[in-house]
Amino acid sequence: MADTVAERAELPIHLPLEEPRAVRVVLIAVALLFLVIFLILPLVAVFVEAFRGGIGAYFAAITEPEALSAIYLTLLIALISVPLTAAFGIAAAWSVTKFEFKGKSLLLTLIDLPFSVSPVIAGMVFVLLFGLQGIFGTWLSAHGIKIIFAVPGIILATLFIVLPFVAREVIPLMQQQGTTQEEAAVLLGANGWQTLWHVTLPNIKWALLYGVLLCNGRAIGEFGAVSVVSGHIAGLTNTMPLHVEVLYNDYAFAASFAVASVLSLMAVVTLVLKNVLEWRSGERTSGSSY
Amino acid sequence: MLATAKTLYRPSILPGFGLTLGFTLTYLSLIVLIPLAVLFLNAAGVGGAKVWSELASARTLAAFRVTFGIAFLAALINAVFGLVIAWVLVRYPFPGRRLVDSLIDLPFALPTAVAGITLATLYAGNGWIGQGLAPIGLKVAFTPLGILVALIFVSLPFVMRTVEPVLRNLDREVEEGAALLGANRWQIILHVILPPLLPATLTGFTLAFARALGEYGSVIFIAGNVPRVSEILPLLIVIKLEQFDYAGATVLAAMMLAVSFVLLLAINVLQTWTRRWQGG
Repeated sequence: MADTVAERAELPIHLPLEEPRAVRVVLIAVALLFLVIFLILPLVAVFVEAFRGGIGAYFAAITEPEALSAIYLTLLIALISVPLTAAFGIAAAWSVTKFEFKGKSLLLTLIDLPFSVSPVIAGMVFVLLFGLQGIFGTWLSAHGIKIIFAVPGIILATLFIVLPFVAREVIPLMQQQGTTQEEAAVLLGANGWQTLWHVTLPNIKWALLYGVLLCNGRAIGEFGAVSVVSGHIAGLTNTMPLHVEVLYNDYAFAASFAVASVLSLMAVVTLVLKNVLEWRSGERTSGSSY
Repeated sequence: MLATAKTLYRPSILPGFGLTLGFTLTYLSLIVLIPLAVLFLNAAGVGGAKVWSELASARTLAAFRVTFGIAFLAALINAVFGLVIAWVLVRYPFPGRRLVDSLIDLPFALPTAVAGITLATLYAGNGWIGQGLAPIGLKVAFTPLGILVALIFVSLPFVMRTVEPVLRNLDREVEEGAALLGANRWQIILHVILPPLLPATLTGFTLAFARALGEYGSVIFIAGNVPRVSEILPLLIVIKLEQFDYAGATVLAAMMLAVSFVLLLAINVLQTWTRRWQGG
């Protein structure tokens, strides 16, 4: 801030390069007030409401069988959807950044598509495909396979929602790094997998981890898409966010906020890890406004 | 034959083109493209009379108005405050700046259902904020204002995060030049600083608008969901699905998707424009 031309040259003039102190104070105050009202108060409120019934009630709420089965199902969904999305992200990044081909920008746009589709529609398309009145509905029910109102439907809807998360983080970085290191590895006799494992992955590990982190957060927290395909069967198809909804609608507010606080804690940990990763990679991962 | 192959794909010594592109296209098609195509096919199969009765019904029109109007307003409010917050974070060193900066992304990390129940509790008549607003006759929870609050929350980081890198990369010597040429601070802000921020702000605004349009989880808890007053389109789609009115839901979803595609196109154009200012 102090490093202006005038000061460097020790000119006896004052250049209007900063706002008056009063303006700065007001702007900082406005920004902070907005963030306190819209971000900090809600975050604090989750934990206050969660412990309103006391610590005993809190732990009872997150260890009752239906809560535990929701936690288990949510972890299962993350465990399946995150590795698949990461594999997709790496494959997409390899094809898009290491080769030149027609239609590449269209492909990039299509990968981003799930970002601008309403979660409700993301769930609905699978109902149209696999629901009882859907295209494959009759065939599936004749063979006793349940996808909608069952775990496979929840996984499909989650896969749709998180599809861009890893690709989005890895592609810009690999674009920036170019192809020379991989070409050198191949010329030295490495095969494709060796090149990927020993050259590319070490170069992109922080961006990859960052994408995985965001993907994991979204997979665990997704509500709209999952809500459409789940059927809200307690103990079977309720994920943690759905369990929060069920408890809330049953007026079990303290229990609802107790489960919500676990999700909030996960969100805070995600934010902390995100900052650690940004610090480790030494730069802001800026393309990640999702 | 060789000529077409050359223009479609430029050869490289790196392996894996067929494998990675094949996997990418297959996965993308199975998870996203084919399901969305089925939605449009279903919509095309719905009879004209049903489409008309669906789109012209007072309830649908009201939901369109509520969804688009409030999403637009939320994106606009976030555009203004996003600019201010980005400006403050980049230009003014103040204690706790790192913490504030990392908190901005909370709406991306916090599950929407959690945001929904928390905002509903905060803004209810007996909530921390609702209590303060009740004496001046302002009801937020279970009214359209509640929808606005929820949509501001979920789309809060977009403008801030798209403007911030551009602002950081602005060459301060241009400002010094303007100052040496006799411009006052207000002229510098208006004519030197704001123009390069415009594309990024518009990109962020469009991203926020697109996100707010489709939002469901955080809104349904705080909206009150009164048909024709505080009912959003995604909720109307869910209601139709629950009533097994697949045709009605499909018509509405196809309309929303068409809007999403237009917004996606706009975002692409705007991002290309933004990148020119980022000097990347």
